[in-house]
Amino acid sequence: MSVSFRTRAVARVRPGPVRAGKRGTRSPGTAGYIFLIPWFAGFALFTLGPMVFSLYLSFTNYTLLSAPQWVGLANYRRMFTSDPRYIHSLEVTVQYVVVSVPLKLAVALAVALVLNRRRRGSGLYRSLFYIPSLLGTSVSVALVWRAIFGEGGTLDSTLKVAGVHTSNIWTEDPRWALWTLVLLVVWQFGAPMVIFLAGLKQISQHLYDAAAVDGANWWRRFVSITVPMLSPVIFFNLMLELVGAFQAFTPAYIISGGLGGPADSTLFYTLYMYIMGFQNFEFGYASAMAWVLLAIVGACTALMFRFARSWVFYADDGDRR
Amino acid sequence: MTRKAIWHAGLIVVLVVILYPVVWMIGTSFKPAQEIISAVSPWPSHWTVQNYKAGWIANPGVTFGTFFANSIIVSLGAVAGNLIACSLTAYAFARLRFRFRGLFFALMIVTILLPYHVLIVPQYAIFRSFGWVNTFLPLIVPKFLATDAFFIFLMVQFMRGVPPELDEAARLDGCGPYRTFWHIMLPLVRPALITTAIFTFLWTWNDYFTQLIYLNSTSKFTVPVGLGLFIDQSGIADYGPMMAMSMLALLPVFLFFLAFQRLIVEGIAAAGVKG
Repeated sequence: MSVSFRTRAVARVRPGPVRAGKRGTRSPGTAGYIFLIPWFAGFALFTLGPMVFSLYLSFTNYTLLSAPQWVGLANYRRMFTSDPRYIHSLEVTVQYVVVSVPLKLAVALAVALVLNRRRRGSGLYRSLFYIPSLLGTSVSVALVWRAIFGEGGTLDSTLKVAGVHTSNIWTEDPRWALWTLVLLVVWQFGAPMVIFLAGLKQISQHLYDAAAVDGANWWRRFVSITVPMLSPVIFFNLMLELVGAFQAFTPAYIISGGLGGPADSTLFYTLYMYIMGFQNFEFGYASAMAWVLLAIVGACTALMFRFARSWVFYADDGDRR
Repeated sequence: MTRKAIWHAGLIVVLVVILYPVVWMIGTSFKPAQEIISAVSPWPSHWTVQNYKAGWIANPGVTFGTFFANSIIVSLGAVAGNLIACSLTAYAFARLRFRFRGLFFALMIVTILLPYHVLIVPQYAIFRSFGWVNTFLPLIVPKFLATDAFFIFLMVQFMRGVPPELDEAARLDGCGPYRTFWHIMLPLVRPALITTAIFTFLWTWNDYFTQLIYLNSTSKFTVPVGLGLFIDQSGIADYGPMMAMSMLALLPVFLFFLAFQRLIVEGIAAAGVKG
């Protein structure tokens, strides 16, 4: 932040004549707008326009084949009163988010704490642990998961060798299918871990030394130094993972064969939206679903930011204000 | 000494658990069919490339060669678009003065968190009216219009770190904003450009949702959509070819990781800490 203020200050102090005589720089504002032409076009055409359009569509019965007809709140009413599959998809998604996000971040933080030593090899571990985050959203990995946890999968045959006979097809058992997806996303703890590590490196060693002198044990140091000093990074990771988890699609689609089964146990919100929109072509209904998703994610984000004031600690608050 | 050994032992256990699925995928892709069913060890006792041959032509009429070619076109198109559009936009936000800059910047930041799914239905309708469905254009053109706000943000952060004295010097020497951008700023933020290129490539390469929606004839399929066809054949007999093609699909990702490991990991770290 401070850097940009400096830029502005310099620009203000420096008087105009230097600019004079250069092509295309008649006034200080013009160049900025010219550089922003692609962004303006993209924002209008692919972000703002579609948002307004989809809000409108959510009040219609648009199906791609017929012109949209205004139906008022019918789509929203249908979601919450006469579509049990929708309510179910919401429940599945919330369950997934509530379990997977804290679990993933806890694993990421734990491993980051262990890795945060200047020992030979810690850089290598960091890189290797990051690999699943690069692969995680790919179709390939979802197929691997299907094969490991699916019919005749490796997990089952390995358990058999160990003497445990479950004859369970994990991905086809409504009690287990969602947990294979949770496992898949926790497996990708590398990305938040790398961010945690970078945050840990910035905590001054003096704080720990002072605490050690005062006789604080490691738990005390963790709670009173690490967590508060790391809280902006925790917050950042939390936001990122939360928004990401609500939008998870590929693993559920691939592992359930595009259906959200078994017994709708992996019917993620986005998957149901895809089915309604791009298989049944109920674009009006899918738009309404999208807006409810936006409202939920927006509400979560707003709550997080509001709640953040009580626990996120900015060490450099002094020079920000 | 023992503490150190315990430290390594613990991390190696984590490593084994983490890499098991990857090793399993590689191993299975080289196993003969009957060994996939019977053997527990992820490593093949008899190596074969039969799965690769079978997987390559698993779909009638098209080979995976087509899918790879399509994926390369889409990914490189996206990289070009993001490099050009995001750097232009970031320069305006980081360095130039104009009215409503703060407002536009805030709008840009909000779009990072905006769920893509809110836009997908109307975007589909728009592209359909252009006649662009089942072409690569919906996957590439938006990138040229700076729709990947995350990378704009990344570059803005980088550009703010460039000492303003350098721009000042350029301006004193008579450089306008365009030449300053091109000759001063771009060379100085090369790490950000490389990071953007790498992540755009990898994310586009792995992206399934958008490509699934816009591409609907097999000759236009990209690698993820082509791989998705395997979900219709769910027998254990298909695991071999399925894993072989999954392995090929991830090969570029592995190669990128080997080549740019530090940049990738550090890029992620920088985004988190500076943000």
